[in-house]
Parts: sequence; structure tokens; C-alpha cells
Amino acid sequence: MQGLRKAYGAHVAVADASFEVHEGEIFGLVGPNGAGKTTTLECIEGVRQADGGSVAVLDLDPARDVYALQPRIGVQLQQAHLQKRITVREAAHLWAALYARPAADADHLLTQLGLAEKRDAWFMTLSGGQQQRLFIALALVNDPEVVFFDELTTGLDPQARRTIWDLVRGVRARGKTVFLTTHLMEEAERLCDRVAVMDRGRVVDVDTPARLVARHCPDRTVVLATPDAAARALFEGIPGVTRVDGREGRYTIDGRREDLTTAVIQCVAAHGLHVTDFQTVSPTLEDVFLALTGHSIRD
Amino acid sequence: MRGLWQLTWLELKIFLREPMGALGTVMMPALAFFGASLAGNSIAPARFGSSEFARVGLPVLAATLMAISAVLSLVTIIAVYREGGILKRLRATPLRPVTIVTAHVLVKLLLTAVTLVVLAVLGRRAATPPPGASLVSFAVALLFSTAAILSLGFLLASVVRTARFAQPFGALVLYPMLALSGVFVPVDSLPRALQAVAQVLPLTHAVALLQGAWTGVAWSAQLVHVGALVVFAAASAVVASRVFRWE
Repeated sequence: MQGLRKAYGAHVAVADASFEVHEGEIFGLVGPNGAGKTTTLECIEGVRQADGGSVAVLDLDPARDVYALQPRIGVQLQQAHLQKRITVREAAHLWAALYARPAADADHLLTQLGLAEKRDAWFMTLSGGQQQRLFIALALVNDPEVVFFDELTTGLDPQARRTIWDLVRGVRARGKTVFLTTHLMEEAERLCDRVAVMDRGRVVDVDTPARLVARHCPDRTVVLATPDAAARALFEGIPGVTRVDGREGRYTIDGRREDLTTAVIQCVAAHGLHVTDFQTVSPTLEDVFLALTGHSIRD
Repeated sequence: MRGLWQLTWLELKIFLREPMGALGTVMMPALAFFGASLAGNSIAPARFGSSEFARVGLPVLAATLMAISAVLSLVTIIAVYREGGILKRLRATPLRPVTIVTAHVLVKLLLTAVTLVVLAVLGRRAATPPPGASLVSFAVALLFSTAAILSLGFLLASVVRTARFAQPFGALVLYPMLALSGVFVPVDSLPRALQAVAQVLPLTHAVALLQGAWTGVAWSAQLVHVGALVVFAAASAVVASRVFRWE
């Protein structure tokens, strides 16, 4: 995808978004609500027409070849629902009937997603997590090559969220490419192989979570406790340490080197310091977002 | 049209799971007709002209109201599906708007047929078709008219944004048509300008077709109405699938 652009009237939802998704990976589009993630996703799925830029999915143009694309992709949409009184099994079988090449067995799919017991329940009686699992099943029913998930775990409790993460990893394990959007940085960090960070309609950087952290947040922090009065001066002497903050025997050591932890441990060992507590604080994608955009994702 | 039969069957089942909806759609027109025909019979001898209405007008009016209620119900269901994000989810599948709406049209036609049977049983004595006409021919005319007017419903359903607005909007478009359709006043007796308007309204041709079927007019003499309804249905369906809103 290159230079995607989409405006609704005067409101520019996507100003400039470019990235490439590799086969067989879980790719995450992350950013706060209103960043343009869903609009970008819907342009890729062929649900929406972009105003500018070029998109290719499986070598097809989603705007022009949407009917050729649809059988090859699976989609879960944000804020979508089904008929209140449709049963889980009816939905799965209807979806299977819509595609020329359905997956092996819709009932088996429901069992894999833990919906076997709910297969005769009406959609309206399902919990949020169960509804999302049904939508995952529907997205997989046509045995797609690429699966799109839009804010898959929003509104779910942590337990249900973890279950969904495992299911998404299971989708990747079947050799499918997964493209998802999320405003949860923790979700992106734990689930995605690579992420594109999006803010105010622009994709600001794309890489693996670890490389994004290394690139934009090179600072490392070690927090340790020691009663030794000489400690502060020793820590300040470590090469690359930028700041030592400490009172009452508890020190926060900031440094601009990836092996700060090793350096601090060597220092402690060399001087025989008595250490009663030791923690490392690693920057997360939230810190990356702050560094890239100048504002917190929660603003 | 892949998935049409599965979707139609499913939508019928889903509809019947809502007991009030099913009961209201099938039983209300039947009960209204039954009540009205009893009243019509008792006042018929006393007033000039009312017996003619009871003989031809009442069955045709009942049939037309059935068609309209089917259309209103179609518009509302599609609007509810739009508002609830159901259409949005269906959009990302190979389903086309015309398939989705056709499934609902088939469900409505089936329910109209069921209502018709109930009506025929209940109203056997109150309104018997005159010699030369048959209930079968009237039923065919009704299903045909309903299908044609449902395509107008498809058009309304394509553009109505909210479910709350769907019912009044549909009624606003459909009920005024009744006044010009020839159910109450023959179209010939309207002012010339209104006659011209009446001629382009689908309901006018539906009513004429129903009246003809009820009074035993041969189908060969009704071709103009059949043709008008077909043209109208095709035109609405084409426009509707172009302006169809998914959300």
C-alpha cells in the first residue's frame, strides 16, 4: 500500500499511509481511536474507496476487483452484528453457502473456536467474547489467504482477550496472513510480528515491536536498592549512564546503551555492593508512540 | 444470487422466531378484513353505493393494504439491519444487495400468500368472487402486485438511514398513493392532472389489476397493468441497487 488517502467531506481520515504486509505474519495497525485505522483497513478490504494512493492485496486492486478479492480474504468488522435470532450454527452455514470454496467443515471450525456448546444459541444471547469468536469463525469459513480483524478484543475482559490472542496465533499457525488493528499497545506488542504506528491519518513508522523500541526509545532504566553510601558515584561512573536519581538507598539509573543492565551488574559485582532489590524497566510501544508523535496514546 | 435460498429460508425462520411479528403480519389483515366485511354486509343494503364497495372495493382494499404492510415491513427490516451493522457485515461477503432484498421479498410474498389463505377461509361468506372470477387468479394478481410494490420498498429501504424513521417514511410515500389508486374513487373521475399522476403510480396499476382479477376480467385485457408493474419493478430495482446504502 502506497500513499493511501481518504477524506469524508472536509475531514481527512487518512492523509498518508504506506506499508507492506508479508505473507504468514501477524501485522498490526496501531494507534489511538480516530487515527484512521478502520478507514485504512476498509480501503484494503474493498469495503471503501480510497481518494488517492495505491493498494494491492494478493496482487488485486480492492477498489476495482473487490468481487475477485472477497473469496480470498476473511473479514471481521468493528461494530458489526448479526440478526438477533440467528443461531451460531445457522450463521456459519449461511456463510459457508456464500462462498464457492468453503472451508472443510463449518461445524469443526465452531468446535475449534470453542463454540460447540453454543451452536444452537441465538446471536443476541452470546457474550461479547463469544460473538467475537463467532466473527472469527465467519472470517475463516472460506479458508481465506488473508484475514482482517478490526479491534478484535475491544470491550472484552482480560481473560477473553487472552483466549482471542491464542486463537489469532492459531490462525497464523495455519499459514494465513493476519492483518489487525488495535488501540491497545500491549496487544500489538504481544501479538504482532510487525506493526505500523498510525497517528492522525499518517503511518509514522513500521517495524517489529522490538526494533521500534530499540530505534525510538534507546534509553534503558535499572532500578535497584542498596544501603551502600558510595553507590551513587559508582553508578554515575558507568559509561553511557545519563542520570542517576536516588534517595534513601533506592536508585533509578537511566542510560543510553542496550546493555545497561549488564554494565550495572558488572559494576555491582566489581565493587561488592550489597543489593536488596533489582529491576529493569523496558520501554514499550506506548513509549515509542509518545516518542514518535509527541503525545500519549491515551490523550 | 449465490446464497439466496439459504438466506431466504434463514430469514423466514428468524422472522417466525419473533412471535408478535409473525402473528401481527398474518393475522391482523385477516382480522381487519373479517371485521370490515361483517360491517360492510350489515350496512350494504341501507346505503346507495356501499354494496358495490363491499363487493369489489373491500377485497381489493384488503389486498392493497396487505401489499403495503409487506412493503413497510420490508423497509423497516432493512433499516434495522442497516442500523444494527448487520448489512455492514453482509457487505464484506459475496452477497449482493439485490440478493439480500430478494430474500426478504420472497419471505414477504410467502407470508402474503399465507395471509391470503387465512383471508379466503375467514371471508368465504363475506366476499365471494363473482362468477367468472377465481380466487386463484386474484391470488396471482395480489402476489404479482405485491412483488412490484416491494421493489418500491427496496428503493425506500436503500436510502432510509434509521429504523425509527423507516416506518413513517414508508407510510408517507405509500398511503397518499392509495387516494389516487382507484380503490375509493375510480381513476376516471379524478381531475385530468391527477389522472396523469395516478397513471405513473404503481399502486394504481396494482389496484386495477386486483379489481380486474376480482371481477373476472381476462388476463389478456390486463396486460397493460402487468406491463406497467414490470417496468416499474425493474426500474426501481436498478436504481435501488445503485443507491443502496450499507451503513
